[in-house]
Amino acid sequence: MEERKAVSVQNLGVKFHLSEQKVDNLKEYMIRILKRQMRYKEFWALKEVSFEVKRGERVAILGLNGAGKSTLLKVIAGVLKATEGKVERSGVLVPLLELGAGFDPQYTGAENIYLYGAMLGYQKSFLKERYEEIVRFSELGDFIHVPLKNYSSGMRARLGFSIATLVEPDILILDEVLSVGDVKFRKKSENRIKQMFDKGTTVLFVSHNLAQVRSLCTRAIWLENGHLTEDGPVDEVTEHFEKNQ
Amino acid sequence: MSVFKTFSKYRNLLGELVKKDIKLKYRNSYLGVVWTMLEPLLTMIVLTLVFSGLLGKGTRDFPVYILTGRLLYSFFANGTKAALKSVRANAGMIKKVYVPKYMYPFASVLSGYVIFLISLIVLAVVAVSRGVYPTVRLVLMFVPLLQILLLTTGVGLILATMAVFFRDVEYLWSVALMLIMYTCAIFYQAETVINAKNAWIFKLNPLYAVIVNFRNAVFGQAMDFQAMWYATAFGIVSLLAGIVVFYKKQDKFILYL
Repeated sequence: MEERKAVSVQNLGVKFHLSEQKVDNLKEYMIRILKRQMRYKEFWALKEVSFEVKRGERVAILGLNGAGKSTLLKVIAGVLKATEGKVERSGVLVPLLELGAGFDPQYTGAENIYLYGAMLGYQKSFLKERYEEIVRFSELGDFIHVPLKNYSSGMRARLGFSIATLVEPDILILDEVLSVGDVKFRKKSENRIKQMFDKGTTVLFVSHNLAQVRSLCTRAIWLENGHLTEDGPVDEVTEHFEKNQ
Repeated sequence: MSVFKTFSKYRNLLGELVKKDIKLKYRNSYLGVVWTMLEPLLTMIVLTLVFSGLLGKGTRDFPVYILTGRLLYSFFANGTKAALKSVRANAGMIKKVYVPKYMYPFASVLSGYVIFLISLIVLAVVAVSRGVYPTVRLVLMFVPLLQILLLTTGVGLILATMAVFFRDVEYLWSVALMLIMYTCAIFYQAETVINAKNAWIFKLNPLYAVIVNFRNAVFGQAMDFQAMWYATAFGIVSLLAGIVVFYKKQDKFILYL
């Protein structure tokens, strides 16, 4: 893979089995195997999708619900495996997909910093060093020593955002997370993300807010039913996308 | 990324998950970690009270005899049960954040192992107070301690994989554990109690082979080599099988969770 490329997706296909009835117990499974009734409905969430993202490019992914946007991001983030084709990426990737998905409700905020940080692959010494910074940025104050189950959803998201954006990523994946917390924190988080933009981070961005897409991104990819419909400069693609609705 | 590089990147996570299991297990209980020692001690007392009239309990000190068997069995039972549930219990995370999935069953087994090692303190105290003093052969304890870790991890990986696809495994396993428990000879001597025709059940139970040598080490008796080889072979084979099964199926987990 060339140095200039951040993400390369080649002929990507992701297939799901939608079993007509969910079979998850042994008896049913055996009966069906014997009666040769194990039928699956195949469903391609993505098919023959290819594109490349250069370093520093900011790419919006457009599409209606169910078009395959989240599946695409999940494959790039490594959560889902491609059924066919190849996905390559280079550099540190930070997925801001679901902030705080790895939090434990019984743990305090402070303990969760180390747990979630470890889940994102950070070392302990690094987390210790940056602990104060995380607490300060999240504005949780004394609440940091309270179990997470007592947090409001805004507080959770703030903590998650503060931990996830701790490192400067080479590739940033954003899935409508620019609306975290209250107005004040939203400004702060937008600033932080803008800073990353200025440093030349590669960005993959999913949003239904086309105005936001136009102001943030340079290029757009339009997905429809798992196929890549259009790939080009952001203004062109968003215009066509809007007309199509 | 190679397997080793990935593991080294996420080794901190393994530590954090183990810590979390142990910390949360005893949080909100007044005695906290003391329970790791109190629980086996109380079970030992109960079993001693109930079964001390039993025929065929052998010549070795009965409370120590019970405690040795009971400690090993409960680590195996709890470790495999926790591993079985680990992938499904962490479904939320697996669907959203990429981490090597084997971390979850590994962490469940390891946290159980740490608790088990702490509870060995109780064994030391009870043994000395009952007049069972350590001999040179106590050093050989590391063999069964290693064997049971291999065995629990291997079986745990297999169960964790199966449980993703079939929920029934959880119930089947608790029945299987009952058979394993009764053929571990926790509170009686296998040779004297069991009908000779059924002795093969004991011979097949790898956990019994582990317990035999653990007891030999504690009571200062010679190691049973046949049992030692059987348990070692079983442990290694189950670990390898567990790794292969888990590795082959792990990409499908997300579709079934």
